[in-house]
Amino acid sequence: MQVPVLKQGSYLIATVQPAVSDEDFLQLRKSLLDRVRKSRSKGVVVDVTAIDVLDSFACRTLSEIANMILLQGAVTVVVGIQPEVAFSMVQLGSTLDGVATALDLEEGLAYLDEHRHAQQ
Amino acid sequence: MLLQELVAHLRENRTQLRQEWARRIAEARLLTAMSQEEVLAEATSVYDNYVEALATDNYEALQAYARNLSERIIPRGVETHEVVGIVLLLRDVLARSLFAKYQVDFSKLNRILDAYEPAANRIANTVAVGFVQQRERVIREQQEAIRELSTPVLQVRERLLILPIIGVIDPQRARQLTEQLLRGIRTNRAKVVVIDITGVAAMDSKVANHLVQTVEASRLLGASIIVTGLSPEIAQTLVTIGVDLGKMHTVGDLQGGIEEAERLLGYKVTPMIEQT
Repeated sequence: MQVPVLKQGSYLIATVQPAVSDEDFLQLRKSLLDRVRKSRSKGVVVDVTAIDVLDSFACRTLSEIANMILLQGAVTVVVGIQPEVAFSMVQLGSTLDGVATALDLEEGLAYLDEHRHAQQ
Repeated sequence: MLLQELVAHLRENRTQLRQEWARRIAEARLLTAMSQEEVLAEATSVYDNYVEALATDNYEALQAYARNLSERIIPRGVETHEVVGIVLLLRDVLARSLFAKYQVDFSKLNRILDAYEPAANRIANTVAVGFVQQRERVIREQQEAIRELSTPVLQVRERLLILPIIGVIDPQRARQLTEQLLRGIRTNRAKVVVIDITGVAAMDSKVANHLVQTVEASRLLGASIIVTGLSPEIAQTLVTIGVDLGKMHTVGDLQGGIEEAERLLGYKVTPMIEQT
């Protein structure tokens, strides 16, 4: 199942559905990179609220997405990681180093706004 | 049939056997936590229940009684070996009285004992198991209570949580602490958490690593953590055993931690009247 990417002002919002496959993540990476370029977005929110398992592949792909988007001049924030997911990620050693995180969509958007103000 | 005869005998000699039993209990220095009168009173009811179980072959009433008895005597500090000891003593006292009664007729004595022993053993088993189960239940409840009490996650300001940790942290408690904290961050929508470990006397590498993991997991939820109150001893051990604390934000004491958290959240606390 493809991950829908919505445009909201100068930000993009990708809501990851439960039961996404590895291909879907790669697909998400590709479509986000395309969309950031096309719509000249300044920030991307990846919402993983619905996900109850994030394996190492998914974590690595999320890190990659964040770093690639950074190279295109936009900021990525991952939001909605569940407490259990967070702890198992830490135990697996995938801590999304260098990727911004926030509690939920609202917080993520607030973070992006703050970030933009700081830059201006 | 034989058992009925046996029960009749035990009922007849109730007073005398009961006193003999109480005497043996005192002699063996069991139930020292209870007074002489209390022991005799308990002995009486245990005796009656014992004979009742023998007569009716119904162990449920005895089981309920054992549970009830345990509930009463556990807070008094009665030990498992004492309970097992008194039940075994009663078995011996009764067996001896049977022996005295039927010693002239050896084959009958044998048959009586054949009927008595399995029932008596089963009774001893029931009482002892009842006691231990009750005790385990009490211990479980207390552990639960301590666990509940020991890890409060408190909100002191909008989006600011405090987690004071007191006492020994074992791996199980550490895990539970993390779970509660992560859940607290979500429900209170916290942005900053101050973990105060002033009350923690010692910390080993396992717990320290767990703390680091908790900090990282909290970050994934979008909250930053400030650790306060690291004692000089803990600071020394942590540095000596080489725990990577690079990702941890530490402040000397709880006050400093809260001030720092307020700064992060954009609060400014000023006195209402300028102090002169």
